[in-house]
Amino acid sequence: MAETNGGASRLEIRFSGSGGQGILLAAAIVAEAATALGKNVVQTQSYGPAARGGASKAEAIIADEEIDYPEVDTPDVSLCLSQEAYEKYARDTRSGGLLVYDSGLVEPDDSLQGRDLRGIPFTRAAAEHLKKTVVANIVAVGALVEITGMVPAEAAEAAVVSRVPERFRELNVEAFRLGRRLAAEA
Amino acid sequence: MTDMSIAPILMQGNEAVAEGAIAAGARFFAGYPITPSTEIAETLARRMPEVGGSFIQMEDEIASISAVCGASLAGLKALTATSGPGFSLMQEMIGFAEMAQIPCVIVDVMRGGPSTGLPTEPSQGDVMQARWGTHGEHSVIALVPSSVEECFTLTIEAFNLSEQYRTPVIVLSDALIGHMREAVTLPEPGSLRIAERGTPDCAPEEYDTVMSDLDNILPRPPLGSPFRVHVTGLVYNRRSGAPETGDPQVAGDLGRYLREKIYHHRDSIARVEEYEMKDAEVAIFAYGSVARSAKAVVKWARARGVPVGLVRPITLWPFPTLAVDRMAEQVRTVIVPEMNLKQMSWEVQAAVSGRTKVVDFGRVDGKLITPAQIEELVKAEFYYHDWGKS
Repeated sequence: MAETNGGASRLEIRFSGSGGQGILLAAAIVAEAATALGKNVVQTQSYGPAARGGASKAEAIIADEEIDYPEVDTPDVSLCLSQEAYEKYARDTRSGGLLVYDSGLVEPDDSLQGRDLRGIPFTRAAAEHLKKTVVANIVAVGALVEITGMVPAEAAEAAVVSRVPERFRELNVEAFRLGRRLAAEA
Repeated sequence: MTDMSIAPILMQGNEAVAEGAIAAGARFFAGYPITPSTEIAETLARRMPEVGGSFIQMEDEIASISAVCGASLAGLKALTATSGPGFSLMQEMIGFAEMAQIPCVIVDVMRGGPSTGLPTEPSQGDVMQARWGTHGEHSVIALVPSSVEECFTLTIEAFNLSEQYRTPVIVLSDALIGHMREAVTLPEPGSLRIAERGTPDCAPEEYDTVMSDLDNILPRPPLGSPFRVHVTGLVYNRRSGAPETGDPQVAGDLGRYLREKIYHHRDSIARVEEYEMKDAEVAIFAYGSVARSAKAVVKWARARGVPVGLVRPITLWPFPTLAVDRMAEQVRTVIVPEMNLKQMSWEVQAAVSGRTKVVDFGRVDGKLITPAQIEELVKAEFYYHDWGKS
């Protein structure tokens, strides 16, 4: 955590993509894992009236102190799973912060100097290894947790288990572990 | 209130409203789904059957509030949940519930309006509608949560007040608070104060000879009980409950009673949080989600030695006159940031009545007022302070 937010006791994470990619679920999983650690946690979301498509974002704040203002304006950590979300939100990432993006879907430009950029092909990897692109969000959560250590991997995996329907649990746990492996190898 | 033996959980504001309703003993929900309130209906569709209650999805919001009134008259604690467009449709029956003194809870998760407006974005545009949305002279109780925990506790409080004062109570949440998740430790069920409906303290045949007074509001007996009750939207005789529109004495008595029922008790109903107000020279008067930005600003100012405090109404209606009086006597400026254009600011101005300056700031673009925006207003009030680079 200290590496991505300069050692402050407040970490702000923004998850972004297009509607239907499971951005909100990804944020809720990280928030739930942090809750289990006894941290103060706030998780918010922003989306348009449509259920599918359009840039959508969800945010989580994990802090030791009380969280008053609940929104994230300059995230310490950003995740981008679509080009539209990248163009709309990535630039807000704090200077010195971390940006993780789906390298199969996002073409980064040179406007993000001063941030640590990590591209991992989450959606392609989900298709290749798990035959299901729908769990790309969970692959990304696994990678984020592995890279940042924002919450312990065990707590995050437990949150994956509690947040997805029972019949998809195994698939999602595999996706989470795949994400961790991809990040470790990257 | 929190118990260390209970682990914190991640809960959404709308879910907390639903769980608060269950904890308060609500056993009937009727509603029509609308963003950003839908999770309340969704949660209660699952939870009501688990506790032996009923969930009905109605054809629209008028039918929803009507069903809620009916369920309450039959003896159940009942609620509905909606957002601006649905809240508009409910106004006529909210007036009926005021007139017929039917306890019930209406949750309005505010979104940008008017009309369809900004369905997924927060607003505080319904605060005056909560007060004056239904026609005619009436009183109202409205509570404004600013956290997920308060979504739970204030929904319980709403039911308690509705039972105690035999009146509809409105919970004014917003799209931000309703959709936000927070780590919360909910109070243990046994530790909660829950007001029960009870039965009148008299024989059924004497019921139409006794009359509620302001300090002894008789509970409403359920339809079908041995007590004979008359329910009407017409002006009625407060003793018998029967319609009586030809007697100005009876009409005036009822009209004043319906108002005084709440106003007489407003100092005990109205709750505020006063934060860092002890030596404050400037106060921020903020409620709901905006109060969170305001609190961050108070901490920011205090860290720089600048005496700013927060007055956060938890009860918006009845208006917290006592706390506002205290504030008016103490500070030289009140800053009123709200996600509408001056709705409560007018009310604050009327209440402080020239005793202090009121500075308002409004936003109606569906975005939460940021701490930075309020900081600018604070800086202007302390222009002589050396703000340096901060």
